[in-house]
Amino acid sequence: MAVPLLEVDDLTVRFRTDAGWMTAVDRVSLAVGEGEALGIVGESGSGKSVTALSILRLHAAATTRMPTGKIHYGGKDLLTLPTREMRQIRGGEIAMIFQDPMSSLNPVLTIADQIGESLRLHQGVDQATARKRAIELLDLVRIPDAARRVDEYPHRLSGGMRQRVMIAIAIACRPKLLIADEPTTALDVTIQAQILDLLRDLQRELGMSVILITHDMGVIAEFARRVMVMYAGRVVETAPVGQMFRRPVHPYTEGLLTAIPKLDVDVRRLPTIAGSIPDPTAVIPGCRYSPRCPQVQESCRRDSPALLPAGPEREARCPPRVAAMAKETVA
Amino acid sequence: MSAALKTDTADAPIIQVRDLVKEFNVTRGRGGPPAILRAVNHISFDIRSGTTLGLVGESGSGKSTTGRLLVGLIPATSGEISLFGETITGADGEAALAKVRSKLQFVFQDPHGSLNPRMRVGDCIAEPIDIAGGWSRKDRADRVSELLETVGLPRAVAERFPHEFSGGQRQRIGIARALALRPDFVVCDEPVSALDVSMQAQIINLLLDLQERLGLSYLFIAHDLAVVRSIATDVAVMYAGALVEQAPKTVLYSAPKHPYTQALLDAVPRPDPDRVRSAALGGEVPSILNPLPGCAFAARCPHVMAVCRQDRPAPRPTGEGHVVACHLY
Ligand SMILES: Nc1ncnc2c1ncn2[C@@H]1O[C@H](COP(=O)(O)OP(=O)(O)OP(=O)(O)O)[C@@H](O)[C@H]1O
Ligand SMILES: Nc1ncnc2c1ncn2[C@@H]1O[C@H](COP(=O)(O)OP(=O)(O)O)[C@@H](O)[C@H]1O
Ligand code: SF4
Ligand code: SF4
Ligand SMILES: [Mg+2]
Ligand SMILES: [Mg+2]
Repeated sequence: MAVPLLEVDDLTVRFRTDAGWMTAVDRVSLAVGEGEALGIVGESGSGKSVTALSILRLHAAATTRMPTGKIHYGGKDLLTLPTREMRQIRGGEIAMIFQDPMSSLNPVLTIADQIGESLRLHQGVDQATARKRAIELLDLVRIPDAARRVDEYPHRLSGGMRQRVMIAIAIACRPKLLIADEPTTALDVTIQAQILDLLRDLQRELGMSVILITHDMGVIAEFARRVMVMYAGRVVETAPVGQMFRRPVHPYTEGLLTAIPKLDVDVRRLPTIAGSIPDPTAVIPGCRYSPRCPQVQESCRRDSPALLPAGPEREARCPPRVAAMAKETVA
Repeated sequence: MSAALKTDTADAPIIQVRDLVKEFNVTRGRGGPPAILRAVNHISFDIRSGTTLGLVGESGSGKSTTGRLLVGLIPATSGEISLFGETITGADGEAALAKVRSKLQFVFQDPHGSLNPRMRVGDCIAEPIDIAGGWSRKDRADRVSELLETVGLPRAVAERFPHEFSGGQRQRIGIARALALRPDFVVCDEPVSALDVSMQAQIINLLLDLQERLGLSYLFIAHDLAVVRSIATDVAVMYAGALVEQAPKTVLYSAPKHPYTQALLDAVPRPDPDRVRSAALGGEVPSILNPLPGCAFAARCPHVMAVCRQDRPAPRPTGEGHVVACHLY
């Protein structure tokens, strides 16, 4: 990657809860290149959404302690950017779509109004132009009969169509980066395939970078070029997609890949990962995966492991495995 | 029809469903005219003792409605359901259902919503026992401990409250409750859909172990085809209220016949970066409120023929326990 479009550096986000402060995202760093598709995968509560929302500063300030770290974008730090400038970037150069399109669509505005709002805010176009552009955008996201649909309200649309509308709004201002947080999780599998096809085509046509967040390894394999695996608020592994699937380094990635139910073969008993995802407020010394890790060593419970280089373009937060791999390569 | 599934006569089915229909009265829009929505449209299948029928299909295809019909939670509009030789549909259905009710249980998708947050876990699990009545305090307490052990939870859990547990643990509690009265047949409606991958495998394996140990039969409902493959013996695919295909698991996944099943299997993203999926199937699931005549899949089917738009394809056996409802066969 020459110069990344967006670079997140040591992002930490804490929340105040009844049980005290909890760290939702712990020193997360990532980079997205121009036109690149980065996947973020992890189970619920691993910090995927908090990472994404922090990039756009979409957290209610009252509940969050100001996140620490840096988010470099276009020579600026998004974490300290004045609110006015941030508003221009949000929905303009960086856009986001969510799992549940209904919660981000306004039920009392027509689709034309909602797409138009974004165009008027960011590009200052007049109403007639906005409407014309809205129809073009609905066409672009392959909504049939766009000229009629543009005057409908969101509740009249199916889940798949609503997600298309969300995508139309997101790409209205030709963003450089689209952050898609579980965009297909609520959809049926044949509709998910349509939306993934659409996102991939748009990414190519518009030359956008995409950060795709999902808990589904299948979606990652299909869509992303590079992947980042999160566990309990930390990045545990980053790798080019092919390499991660062929040879996971971190024991959690490995466990997750073997525990996925298989579609193409009969398996008598699925391998499992012992225990469960840790309580977010729990203090786990050393490696946060150590209570569940089949390869745990004495040192793992003592020292907090660093994210270590594990080959070209690869990193893993597991010193024992990284050391073992280094030995294998030498031998 | 499902006669094709009865290849082994020694293994007579404990559940037989014939031409089952369920209609709901709904209104179109707010204060609109009344309409009839056929959520389950003439379906037939069998479940043999100790086996699992996996029921897959997309949202609104009628899976949960089928499950609720099967354990008598809602009455059928027409058709027949026999459970353990008792016909629970028709004139004497109520009495027949009363005879077999204790053999039937239900496990829900949402481990949060299905447990009363104000009840201790032990009382949640004992709820069916308390409703049935006639248990001594000691027997009840012993049964709760036994159930917790069965689902792999420590006994002390009985004194705590559901919110103190993770989704996977809550699902174990839900399963323990379902097993309280030693049912023979359990409808599991999306029991792992709300769980993370690392929890899913644990619960699937638990259900498999329980089946082996207790000889349970399941109707296992899920929209995730891979999850169904990991647990089912036979699989039935629903589309817009109809059963379009059923077959023994391995046959269905390795040689699907119905164009919808083929499209569905093809659309699932695999954790394999080298796989190239074919372009997605277009269109959307049709409204079951205004069904067109003919095959419900006709509008999206790549093999559609003139006959498909006129006649509804009947389910036909094609050998190997395979039943397909499609004019191609
Ligand atoms: N009590 C009811 N009154 C009216 N309509 C109903 C009722 N219960 C279900 N339906 C309708 O019947 C159809 C089938 O619903 P069902 O819940 O069986 O689908 P499903 O396959 O379980 O879907 P999902 O995957 O979303 O759980 C849907 O259109 C649903 O809206
Ligand atoms: N506004 C908030 N207030 C308090 N805790 C939060 C808030 N948003 C998220 N969290 C917590 O932060 C952790 C990470 O959440 P999230 O990023 O949403 O996970 P996911 O990986 O499932 O998207 C979770 O434990 C979650 O409960
Ligand atoms: S650091 Fe130790 S406990 Fe953590 S994943 Fe690696 S081997 Fe397992
Ligand atoms: S009956 Fe016709 S339309 Fe329906 S699935 Fe078969 S070929 Fe396709
Ligand atoms: Mg999330
Ligand atoms: Mg359902």
